[in-house]
Amino acid sequence: MNLLTRIFRFYLDGFRSMTVGRKLWALIIIKLVIFFLVFKLFLFPDILSRDYDTDEERADAVRENLINRSAK
Amino acid sequence: MTVVDWSRGLFALTAMYHWLFVPLTLGLGVIVGIMETIYYRTRSEKWLATTRFWMTLFGINFAMGVATGIILEFEFGTNWSNYSWFVGDIFGAPLAIEGLLAFFMEATFIAIMFFGWKKVSPGFHLASTWLTTIGATISALWILVANAWMQYPVGMEFDPAQMRNVMDDFWAVAFSPVAVHKFFHAVFDGWVLASVFVMGVSAYLIMRNKRRAMALESVKIAGWVGIVGMVLTLWTGDSSAVDVARVQPMKLAAMEGLYDGEKGAELVGFGILNPAKTHENDEDPFLMKIAIPRGLSFLANHDFDSFVPGINDLINGVSINEAGDTINTVSYAERIVMGKKAHEALRRFDKALTAGDTAAMDLARAEIKENYPYFGYGYLSSPSEAVPPVAITFYSFHIMVLAGGYLTLFLIIALWSGYKKINLWDRRWWQWVAMLSVAVVWICSEAGWVTAEVGRQPWIIQDLMPARAAISAIPAGSVILTFWLFAAVFTAFLAAEAVIMVKQIKKEED
Repeated sequence: MNLLTRIFRFYLDGFRSMTVGRKLWALIIIKLVIFFLVFKLFLFPDILSRDYDTDEERADAVRENLINRSAK
Repeated sequence: MTVVDWSRGLFALTAMYHWLFVPLTLGLGVIVGIMETIYYRTRSEKWLATTRFWMTLFGINFAMGVATGIILEFEFGTNWSNYSWFVGDIFGAPLAIEGLLAFFMEATFIAIMFFGWKKVSPGFHLASTWLTTIGATISALWILVANAWMQYPVGMEFDPAQMRNVMDDFWAVAFSPVAVHKFFHAVFDGWVLASVFVMGVSAYLIMRNKRRAMALESVKIAGWVGIVGMVLTLWTGDSSAVDVARVQPMKLAAMEGLYDGEKGAELVGFGILNPAKTHENDEDPFLMKIAIPRGLSFLANHDFDSFVPGINDLINGVSINEAGDTINTVSYAERIVMGKKAHEALRRFDKALTAGDTAAMDLARAEIKENYPYFGYGYLSSPSEAVPPVAITFYSFHIMVLAGGYLTLFLIIALWSGYKKINLWDRRWWQWVAMLSVAVVWICSEAGWVTAEVGRQPWIIQDLMPARAAISAIPAGSVILTFWLFAAVFTAFLAAEAVIMVKQIKKEED
């Protein structure tokens, strides 16, 4: 067996022989789906990346924000 | 509550949830590593079983913590977009190193830890266990470097064209005294937390007469790790206190409820603050207190007779320098003026940039640079706004200190008892003490974070950016919705994973 096959078999056998690990993996997968497919997509947009196309525009937006919030 | 408060609350909720798991991973990794090292040297089946029991709990905790930290990075982009842009590559570099080096190191070797018992040699397996722990610790290093920079911003220059702080000295960022002390303090706190966790679980096992021999041996290992961890935590905590006195003296004043500084300042061991006290009135700061004479001066400067500035002194521009000597520095009123000058120069820079007037840009840039150390004060209307919430800072600090004192005593007695013929571990009351101490150690650890983070307010970056300037222009409703959604989802995950942990602890011996 070459190295890649041995690594693949190592992980495959490991996952097959899990006991408590199965439940943990199920929870991890549910957690990752909720975090990345629900939270990230719907609740946590990267505001500057979403609203502006270039770094220059983002810098301008932040500068404007920070100037406007300055106490008079 | 404003959108700033909700955004702070959301970040605090996520960070505190994340911090439930991190210290246990850091400390339990060390304990499991020691146990496996004993197995490797003795090849005793007893130590193999012991190692595998605690390694399973390590794995459950690791799974519980997976991805909880990534939510903090999501929040940077959504709730704190001005801040995340403003910090630029100073946050990017440590977090990228953390992701590439430490996370992959952990992810690779943890698979060998759990899948490799009969697949790799005992020596390679042992190395993998230690490398997983080292990987987790290196992860913590880079996160804490980023956090330390927020407390003590160094190694950068602000570029108004990019609107970013550009890192010009990586080593100053990575090895600032605040970063180094914070890192070791947090890691050794993890050792203590994991030790108390092992003792609490062992007490439960002894009470239920399950895995008794293993539990008694585990108590000894945990006792030694806990004692060493506690000594080092106290040592690095002392160094951190000196750092705070130098770079965040307002935080130290709030931690001690010290309004008027003095030479030979006392350290409050226990106290109840007077809710009517503010820096603008002459009320007594305390309703009652028990204090150690000259203790605060020693804590801050390692000199019983030294001066420690209070909130009023700092507002008026009286502080201490690197050597601990009293100095006149810039008053908060002057800092506000300088901050506003920097903002005005930034306005001119913006106009000059739009007009393409490079000469005007250079003039404005020079004025920004001159006033930049107090850039954040330009967002404040009065010096009062630069005072952190004294009550939360004071009580969280004292909860941490009192809990730390209790845990020191607990660890000494627990270890001593582990070596006695008729030991306390067979006494029902002591078993309950050990189990309840698990809650105390987590409260202690979280209280430390509350002290560090609330004591820094109003700053998200010390002196440079208050939270109100850092947040994104998003509606409060969306932050409130996210907060409650998070609270519900996190609680559900925590409950589900805690059930798995408890079931595993209760499981009968194979």
